[in-house]
Amino acid sequence: MSQTAALNERIASPLGRPSYLADGVTLKSWLLTTDHKRIAILYMISITVFFFLGGSAAALIRYNLIVPEGMLRSAETYDRLFTMHGVIMVWFFLVPAVPVTIGNFVLPLMIGAHDLAFPKINLLSWYLFIAGGALALYALFAGGVDTGWTFYAPLSTDYAEGNVVLLVTGIFVSGFSSIATGLNFIVTIHRLRAPGMTWYRMPIFLWSLYSTSVIMVLATPVLAITLLLLAFERIFHVGVFDPRIGGDPLLFQHMFWFYSHPAVYIMILPGLGVVSEIIPAFSGKELFGYKFVAWCSIAIAVIGFFVWGHHMFVAGQSLYASVVFSMLSYFVAVPSAIKVFNWLGTLHKGYIRFDAPMLYALGFIGLFTMGGLTGLFLAALAADVHLHDTYFVVAHFHYIMVGGMVSAYFGALHYWWPKISGRIYPDMIARAAALLMFLGFNLTFFPQFILGYLGMPRRYHSYPPEFQVLHVLSSAGATILAVAYLMPLFYLTWSLFRGAGAPANPWDAKGLEWQTPSPPFTANFAVTPVVTEGPYAYPTPGTSQPHV
Amino acid sequence: MSEEIAPHVHFQYANARHQAETAISGMWLFLATEALLFGGLLLAWVVSRHWQQSSFDAGGRETVLWIGTINLALLITSSFVYSTGLGSIEGGQPRRLIQCCWITAGIGLLFLLLKFYEWHIDLSEHLFPAGPFKLHGAEAGGARLFWTFYFVATGLHAAHMTAGIGLVLWVARQARRGAYSAAWHTPVEVVGLYWSFVDMVWIVLYPMIYLVGRGA
Repeated sequence: MSQTAALNERIASPLGRPSYLADGVTLKSWLLTTDHKRIAILYMISITVFFFLGGSAAALIRYNLIVPEGMLRSAETYDRLFTMHGVIMVWFFLVPAVPVTIGNFVLPLMIGAHDLAFPKINLLSWYLFIAGGALALYALFAGGVDTGWTFYAPLSTDYAEGNVVLLVTGIFVSGFSSIATGLNFIVTIHRLRAPGMTWYRMPIFLWSLYSTSVIMVLATPVLAITLLLLAFERIFHVGVFDPRIGGDPLLFQHMFWFYSHPAVYIMILPGLGVVSEIIPAFSGKELFGYKFVAWCSIAIAVIGFFVWGHHMFVAGQSLYASVVFSMLSYFVAVPSAIKVFNWLGTLHKGYIRFDAPMLYALGFIGLFTMGGLTGLFLAALAADVHLHDTYFVVAHFHYIMVGGMVSAYFGALHYWWPKISGRIYPDMIARAAALLMFLGFNLTFFPQFILGYLGMPRRYHSYPPEFQVLHVLSSAGATILAVAYLMPLFYLTWSLFRGAGAPANPWDAKGLEWQTPSPPFTANFAVTPVVTEGPYAYPTPGTSQPHV
Repeated sequence: MSEEIAPHVHFQYANARHQAETAISGMWLFLATEALLFGGLLLAWVVSRHWQQSSFDAGGRETVLWIGTINLALLITSSFVYSTGLGSIEGGQPRRLIQCCWITAGIGLLFLLLKFYEWHIDLSEHLFPAGPFKLHGAEAGGARLFWTFYFVATGLHAAHMTAGIGLVLWVARQARRGAYSAAWHTPVEVVGLYWSFVDMVWIVLYPMIYLVGRGA
């Protein structure tokens, strides 16, 4: 068999081979590993650190806003805090979160491959991420930056104090980590699918990761050059974004959002993929309208490249450009809505189980829908004049990013945790955490819609007293949210040591990753699997009970 | 088949051909990201020039045309030489490949030396956009902007050249160790793609830097 002849000794070893966790226990065996599963763990630990750092900054922001004059008293400190929160959460948590952890782990398993196409580049990607992250953290903690995560020129180039260049360098370096991951995923999906794994037999999660990777690969370089020009201007005080010598500050916004709007889809597309896996598994039913969901991922990635101008409706962009960008922003909502309807179609007449991953996924549907619909308010030209730069915008993107993506990340973590760790976590506590997260989230961010509508601008460290009630509600919700985020940290860690051993397929789910042992061994599959059916081949409803 | 158990085939691939084609497709995708990196720069350049054409062109006329032109000829030659080396290894001649790599790297180094000399001329004529600047009056703003793009673009290109020379020398060293044969020489092809891309970036930068201002 030519298929198996090429497998190296690791695969050729007899059965009873150790799991990937037991295959080498030294620090070196982790730090120099090229196993996609171990790199996923390295990433998971790193982004958890970033998540709690970014979360701490958010906690201080909410603490400050309890009283109208601001608990922190210093507007400069407040500005540095929200910049820290934004930069860490966007580039060092949300952009990498699902692709490099869950994606890295399950992508090769799902297509029946033994590893990613370029394992060394995968490891390099983690080191770039750590290097970029270290630079950024140093910049943020040794004085900080007060520009906000968007670095608008000429504030960032001429007026801001602090370590702008260092921070931008950190983001620049971590960008290459995104590019390396995206490149690896695209090539792997094209080249390493097992025999019989056609495009339409791939789980939707892979279509999502593919779309995400396309954006990573095509948008990130534009951010890189933009940040390079920004750093040049900051260092030498001459440059392309400075109006005093004929530069154009709006050009910066165009170039920045050409990356950063598609980057929003980098952050949400993997979440849409995760939910498309969880919903069929816990409904015991085939995903409704598979091809529509698959192509909607691609459509979101493509249309998402042409909507960036909706960030600049009030920045002096031409009205005709704004009209086109507004219309395209409406278009991008269509594939997102199709996905939501297809999830509901999947739930319809399914055998629904309310395990923790399912609760996160159901929460995702509600919060993502809210976030998406309020996005349409902002895409409307006239409404945006009133709502631009208010808490309405803050609430809108947190519904997508936190309500959507962070819920999806936790859902994915709970869904694949038995596969990753080989352990079962306590289910009731996990369900409680999922519910608490949903409640805490809504209490935190729903008042912000009202605040924004009433005219409370974002990024202010003090506010008129009439807004206090809503701000206090929001801060109270943030406390609940913080507890809900800390709970999994404890019970998942606990399960590593005390949890019962997980079977290969604890959820009775379909998909190749559930056919390997939990945790899988290093080479994933003893023999390259041959795929003969689609990813959601659950029994047709009404014929038999799919699980007992 | 003997090539399928070759030591350089990693365990996730079915055979050497599967691995080689995957590596080449990975490099093409990487070059797409590079095209967007330089593409963003060129876009900003073109947009900025659009608003202040005459002063941009005044800046462009200060460039050292002869060095840019020689460098253009050098890089096109180097790609030709490297491709000849690739042809040699396809025909099973590693010695010819090694020679071609040395010549390619030598030409690359010559390019960089000329580039350093050109930067030296630029700096001594006060063409760096920060600090005292050669041009004054209405044209100074746009000309400074032109020279900002000039230094960012040539600096970025020179960094790519440096990486490329390193890669070509690495191919030469591997070839000397007998790593490549007519049956397997994927890295030679992958590095060649990169080298040609860096060459092509210069082909695009050359008119932007040296010709557009003089033609207007």
